[in-house]
Parts: sequence; structure tokens; C-alpha cells
Amino acid sequence: MSIPESVKEFPRPGWVVLRARRLTLSVRLDRRVPAVVLTLALVLLAALVLSVSYGEYKIAPLDVLRAVAGMETSDPNHLLVVRGFRLPRILLALMIGAALAASGAIIQGITRNDLADPGLLGINSGAGVLVVGYLTFAARPNPALFPWLALVGALAAAGVIYALAWKRGSSSLRLILIGVGLASLGGALISYFLTKLTLFNAQQAYVWLTGSVYGSTWSEVRLMLLWLGVLLPLTFLLARQLNVLNLGDDLATSLGTRLELHRLVLIGLSAGLAAITVTVAGAIGFAGFVSPHIARRLVGPSHEGLLLCTVLVGGLLLVVADLASRWVIAPNELPIGVTTAIIGAPYFAYLLYKRGR
Amino acid sequence: MEGIRTSDLSLAYDREMIIKQLGLSIVSGEITTLVGPNGCGKSTLLRGLARLLKPQTGEVLLDGKAIHTMPTKQLARQLGILPQGPTAPEGLTVYELVAQGRYPHQGFFQQWSDEDAEATREAIAVTNMVAFADRPLDTLSGGQRQRAWIAMALAQDTPILLLDEPTTFLDIGYQLEVMELIERLNRERQMTILLVLHDLNQAARYSDRMIVLSDGQVVADGSPHAVLTQALLAEVFKVRANIVADPDSGSPVCLPYRAVGAELIATPRPRREL
Repeated sequence: MSIPESVKEFPRPGWVVLRARRLTLSVRLDRRVPAVVLTLALVLLAALVLSVSYGEYKIAPLDVLRAVAGMETSDPNHLLVVRGFRLPRILLALMIGAALAASGAIIQGITRNDLADPGLLGINSGAGVLVVGYLTFAARPNPALFPWLALVGALAAAGVIYALAWKRGSSSLRLILIGVGLASLGGALISYFLTKLTLFNAQQAYVWLTGSVYGSTWSEVRLMLLWLGVLLPLTFLLARQLNVLNLGDDLATSLGTRLELHRLVLIGLSAGLAAITVTVAGAIGFAGFVSPHIARRLVGPSHEGLLLCTVLVGGLLLVVADLASRWVIAPNELPIGVTTAIIGAPYFAYLLYKRGR
Repeated sequence: MEGIRTSDLSLAYDREMIIKQLGLSIVSGEITTLVGPNGCGKSTLLRGLARLLKPQTGEVLLDGKAIHTMPTKQLARQLGILPQGPTAPEGLTVYELVAQGRYPHQGFFQQWSDEDAEATREAIAVTNMVAFADRPLDTLSGGQRQRAWIAMALAQDTPILLLDEPTTFLDIGYQLEVMELIERLNRERQMTILLVLHDLNQAARYSDRMIVLSDGQVVADGSPHAVLTQALLAEVFKVRANIVADPDSGSPVCLPYRAVGAELIATPRPRREL
């Protein structure tokens, strides 16, 4: 077809293409991505060091680095404080943020609604109902079972919501409506259970329900790392599918996606990513909803770069939230879920306000 | 190339049968337009032909093969569809949108090849969107946006393109721009184009063939000259109209002057002979 000569060679500076010919691997990224990723990574690193150095027992940033590397520092206690107490919880916060952010980006992509949140899949309420129900009805509840109950509850809730939203094919609108409905049903059940709890159990339930990384251990870090190691790469590989689903069901079908299969897999990934955070730290709100928003502002809506940045933003957000949780009412600390809500809720309100105008 | 053929095709929304046992064939290399009054099933039929709607009975064949059992990605390299009023995520640029048209040509790991870049660039150039390539879609005019969507469908690089009311809600200048682009794609690339149009005169002006649907059935099918008759307009569209020749192209133009049934309540005015 005839194309004017002048436009045949129009420049395309807006994209970075990564290609490894041997692996027949290629990805196209928005040009902003490399700089944004690098900046985020550096800020994140600085935040990590700052966070580890801060505490009742202050440690100089340089000593933090030495202790992390396992080198001797001026104070023999450094090694224990850094590697034993602070690093696990901070790394856990980082990974929880990354997982929630990726989960949120997926759910916002498939529902085509950027106010959606992983909670929409019933993750938090499903996990909450089972954990608080267990606290209520078990004769002698064992906290070690919480993570497993939470995982089962979270995934079961996501499954139920997906199944209920199925009516000769899934639809994102039905998914949102049923998700919102079941979440409030779960909330009601949790409140009912809480009224039947003993004071001690109720307190335990409340801490779990708001989300906390207090007293995290290396085994939790390893568990989390394992899950992220599997789920995040899969998510990144499905970036193009997310892009296409984001254009709506008709176009996604027309472009040749296997709509139901891709949507199911992506919902599974989103549910899995959020569920694992619930099992290690309880229900932490807003991180999954806010992070994709911030990342979208930085690199635009194409998921190849967006997912990468979202994960970094989410990690940074929770590292900062964790630091703030320990700092604002030191020597006591806030549950991290409270801090993310303090950061996230006004942002949500701001978005609603902006949209309303 | 045999093109698209349907046999005994019935399409329904929920329990309501919209298209009933329709047999139809779309000739390759032509511009074919589906027209008909509101609710006649023209958009439903287009969706059925594009496998966006599963048939209740019968099938849609593309070059002799049933499209609902064909691997969807393989079909996506044969047939593109632009639905009515598509929406893109906020902030998506024209280039990003058009690049997504390459989806059916990409693999799980091989996500962006030189051919993808070339096809995207060409689709943007052909639709005259070069100047807007880096602009977010939500900052463009209606006509530019529609051209961007058509560019996306072009990047898909299919021999057949289905469009659902591509000119609706556009100003008249933009409407013609879009129709001329469609005509060019057909003439210069031999693309088979099937579109749903609301405007009968536009359909007559740009189509090789018009298919008139009424209540889920084909009531007329042929060249615009053969199809646009006073009798058909009265029967199907419920208007009395004069048919004249477009001084520019010679294609038939209908000038409706009264709703059928209006005679009963209004006194007829003396008619000026044409």
C-alpha cells in the first residue's frame, strides 16, 4: 500500500527492545522503564539500609552493610540484631509489598478497573473467616496453623468468587460485584466470630486481621521467596495477555487470546500472590491497590514494564511502611496494616475525588 | 480464498433468538455492508461471524473450516474485528495500542520481532497516525482515535476485517476519512471488508454489496443499486423515500420524506417531481 516517503522511516525512539537471540526471547519496554527501574532499585536499597539501621538500638548504615555481608563490626551485637531480628522482617515486608503489588496489577488489569484490589478476590475475607472461625470454635487454638488456614481460606474464597461469576463465561463486572458481595459477607462473619471470642483470642485475631510483620522469621522469608520465585516470573510472562485483556473481552478474543483460560490463570496468580502474603502477615490493605497506580504514572499502562515497576513500588511502599510503623510510636510499634491504610486511604479518596471532577 | 460462509446459523442473546437459520456467504476481496433497522440483528450477526458469539445452531465457515473449533490464535491471523466503541486503558499511546495488534503473531517468549515492529510502523503510517504515535489515546479527537483502532486491526495483518459501525458518533468529516481509509484498504490491499453501517447512503457509496437484515433475516442482498429501492425502504425502514443518483459517484442516495403510516395522520403535501 502506498505510504508517503516522508513517513516510511519515522523514528521510534519510544521503546527499548530486549532480545536474546539464542533464547529466542524478546520483550518490548517503554523507554522510561530502564531509568525508572534503576532509580526505584536504588531508592529501595537506600530504604532497606535505613530501615535496618533504625531501631531502639541504632546501627550506622555502614555497619549495617558489613553485618549483612557477615563481616565483623565494632559491636558484636550488630550481627545478631541485623541478621537475627531486623533483616527477616524487613525482607518479608519487601516481598509482601512486591507480591501484593503484582496481585493488584493483575486484578486491575483483568477487571479493567483501576480501583480494584486483591481483596476483591475474597483473599482477605476468606482467610479471615477461617482463621477467626478457628480461633472461635477450636478448643485450644494453635497459632502455627494460622498460615495454612489462611491459605486455604484465601484460595477457596477466590475459587468460589470465580465460580459464582461464571455464567456461560466469566465476566469482569460480575467478578467485581460478586467479589464485593462476598467480601462484606465475610466481614460480617468475622465480626460475628469476634463477638464470641475470649479477650485474649480476640486480641490475637485483631492483630492478625490488621496485618503485621512483627516477629518474622527466616523460615517465613524462605517460604515467601519460594512462592515469589515461581509466581512472579509467570506473571511477567503473561504481561502481553494482560495488555490484551485490558482492551476488553471482544478485542482480546479477536486478537486470539484464549480468554477464559488466560483469565483463569491470571486470577489464580493474583489470588496466589495475595494469599501467600495473608498467610505470613495477615491482611495488609491498600498496598495492592496503590502500587500499580503509582507505577502506571511512572511508566504507563503497558504491563511488560508496569509489572516490573509495580513490584518495586510495592516493595518500597511496604519497607517504608514498616519503618514508619516502628518509628511513629517508638518504642512501641503499629501493625504494618494500619500504616499502609494511613498511607493508602487518603490516596484512594484522592483518586475518587479526581475522578468525580 | 473462499471467504466466509454460514449455514443454518442461529444466534441468540440469553434465550432470545436474534438470527434465525441464516445462510450467507461473503465474497473475498469485496466491501460488504450489513444494514437494517435498529434491533434487526446486524451487529449480532457480525459478532457471530467473528466468533464473539457462539452459534445456537449451524456454523460459520472460513475457507471451509468451522471458526468455532479453529484455534483462536490461528483465526486471529485470518480475521480481525473492530467492535463498536472500543475503550483503551488511560494513558495508552497510539503506538502501544497498535503494537498490540501483533498479538496473534507472537509467542510466549518471542514477544517482539522485527516483523512486529515493521507491521506496527506500517499500520501507523497507512492510517496517517505518524504524528500522533506517541500521544495517549485519550488526548485525541474521535476521528483520530478511530483511525488508531483501525491501525491496530491493520497491524494484526489479516486478509479479512470486520468493523461494527466504525463511523458512529463521528463528525461527518471524520466519517468520510474513516470510510475512505476502508476503501483504500480494500482497493490497494485487496482486504475483504465486512462492516455494519447505520447510514444507508454511506453504505451505498462505499460498498460493493449491501445485505439488508430485518428481524434476523436477509431481506435484500446485492449491489447498492439493486438493494436500495423505494419498495425496500418502505417495507424494511418504514419510510417513503426518493432514490437519486449521487452526482459525484453515481451511487444511489435515498432521500426519505415521510414515515410509512404517517399518511394516515398527516395530509400529504403536493410532491415535487424529480
